[in-house]
Amino acid sequence: MAKKSKPREVIKLKDVFRYYHLGDETVKAIDGVDITINQGDFVAIVGPSGSGKSTAMNLVGALDLATKGSIYLDKVNIERMDESELAQVRGKKIGFVFQTFNLIPTMTALENVMLPMVFQRIPLQERRERANELLTKIGLGERLDHLPSELSGGERQRVAVARALANNPEVILADEPTGNLDSKRGKEIAEMFVKLSEEGKTVILVTHDPEIAKYADKIYRLKDGKIVNK
Amino acid sequence: MFKDFFDISFNNLRRRKLRSWLTMLGIFIGIAAVVSLISLGQGLQTAITGQFSSISTDKLVIQNAGSGLGPPGSTVVEKLTDHDFELINKIPGVKTASPILLRTVKIEFNNKLLFYMMRSIPDDPKKYENYYVTQNIKPQEGRLLKSGDSRKVLLGNNFVTNEDFGKLIRVGKKIKIENIEFEVIGILEPSSEFLLNNAFQIFYDEMKEVLEIGDEIDLIGLQVDSPTIAEETAEKIKKEMRKDRDLKEGKEDFSVQTPLQVIQSVNTILTAINIVVIGIAMISLIVGGIGIANTMYTSVLERKKEIGTMKAIGATNLDILSIFLLEAGLLGLVGGIVGASIGALIAYGISSGANIALGADLFVVDFSMSLILGSISFAFLIGIFSGAIPSYQASKLKPVDALRG
Repeated sequence: MAKKSKPREVIKLKDVFRYYHLGDETVKAIDGVDITINQGDFVAIVGPSGSGKSTAMNLVGALDLATKGSIYLDKVNIERMDESELAQVRGKKIGFVFQTFNLIPTMTALENVMLPMVFQRIPLQERRERANELLTKIGLGERLDHLPSELSGGERQRVAVARALANNPEVILADEPTGNLDSKRGKEIAEMFVKLSEEGKTVILVTHDPEIAKYADKIYRLKDGKIVNK
Repeated sequence: MFKDFFDISFNNLRRRKLRSWLTMLGIFIGIAAVVSLISLGQGLQTAITGQFSSISTDKLVIQNAGSGLGPPGSTVVEKLTDHDFELINKIPGVKTASPILLRTVKIEFNNKLLFYMMRSIPDDPKKYENYYVTQNIKPQEGRLLKSGDSRKVLLGNNFVTNEDFGKLIRVGKKIKIENIEFEVIGILEPSSEFLLNNAFQIFYDEMKEVLEIGDEIDLIGLQVDSPTIAEETAEKIKKEMRKDRDLKEGKEDFSVQTPLQVIQSVNTILTAINIVVIGIAMISLIVGGIGIANTMYTSVLERKKEIGTMKAIGATNLDILSIFLLEAGLLGLVGGIVGASIGALIAYGISSGANIALGADLFVVDFSMSLILGSISFAFLIGIFSGAIPSYQASKLKPVDALRG
């Protein structure tokens, strides 16, 4: 694998805690985590359910804020940002891939891929060209005008990956992306992530499937909100 | 940018077609009611004022104060009498004056007793001819009353079909008015004065005699020399009658109605009616707005995950707010457009129906562009207003919570 000679820090979690309060109980979803991820890394976060891996992903993806500790995206602390700034950071720097695909059901494949660019105020023509290019690259050039309901699970997840790449983000954040796919389609998606990391994207994969985690260069195991190995 | 959000919102509404239409139903009804009622009201106003101003700008009516709405002669105030009539006849500017009686009378026909309105016709040939012409009174069956007729009666147009007495009253039949026999000499064409369509009319002297009225007069109708002096003459009459009755200004127990006053009072009534109907239409619009708010709330709940996804891929709170507000506004806007069209059709239908029923093109519906555009914009605003809180809540959802669905 072609790695850069001088690794650049893309994501850094420094002594991060995330506690929830459920009634009188305090749930320590993330209980003191330090992670540094460099550009081009393909990292898997694994662990049983309830281990805090989804919380970790939400924190890294700027969907949630830490109770304590600092999170740096491209060396910028996101802690002090308001919701609109966070939205812009997510839109520009992070591409999300979800377990349930999360495509907008009223939009065609093409429109779904164009949507992140809408929020970055990119002109229509450019949006259409780029979305077309991305979908063609992953082999869906014939299905641009299909609604999600007209696509198979594997195709939907590929549309979702294309959407994640729409704004050319540095980081791809995938939460159980293969959870709703059979093993063959799951492997296809995992191989797409390997290719993306080779192209210089930083890929963070949250999964409980050891087969899929094997594709990553680095695996973090979470248990009770703590990293138990490196 | 706006177009992108518009497309997103429009797609969402299209996907929930049935619910969108049901939501808009409330707005349809409200806007249709507003447009049709206001158009009809304006048409009615134009028709009524047009009629008054074209026919009788030189006519005044004098009656007892306070008897405006009840049947004249029914209130206990000082009656108009022959003395007043004499007085008025002498006032300069008064061309002709006629005493008029308007009473409820007992009619007997086919062994059945019923009560109807009766109006007097002036005895003087010049005056009754004038009355026939200005009121557009024409016989549909038989003929009109003329000098020399004795114990003859004219019936309003409703009696062509009115079978209240068990059978139709035809020309030539005998009826009893207050137990005195009269012959039906004619049945009139439909009149724009609806009262006359259901009334009996006989000569003034006969009416006085039959009802044993004495020197009382219910109304005095008079014509002035020219329309330009109508108001001025009315003031003169008031002054003379005040002097005669020893009353202070403002304490009159009689009223002199000029055409202007009649138009004004008609307008006042029409305006009051308009306010009431618009109020009712507004209630329906409020209900429509609540419908939109309800749909938007449900929509926000159902699409929590979509909202979360959009936020994850870069939508700011303002973006989400815009999309949802546009959606609510669109519900109002489309509802308004469809409602205004339905309202216009309803108004047109009712006016056509009324014109056929009246047998005249009296009723021209007044569709003003400002009314149509105004009500459509108003519907749009109702949509936005009703969608404001749900949209705000959608925009404030935390991405993590929203993604959980």
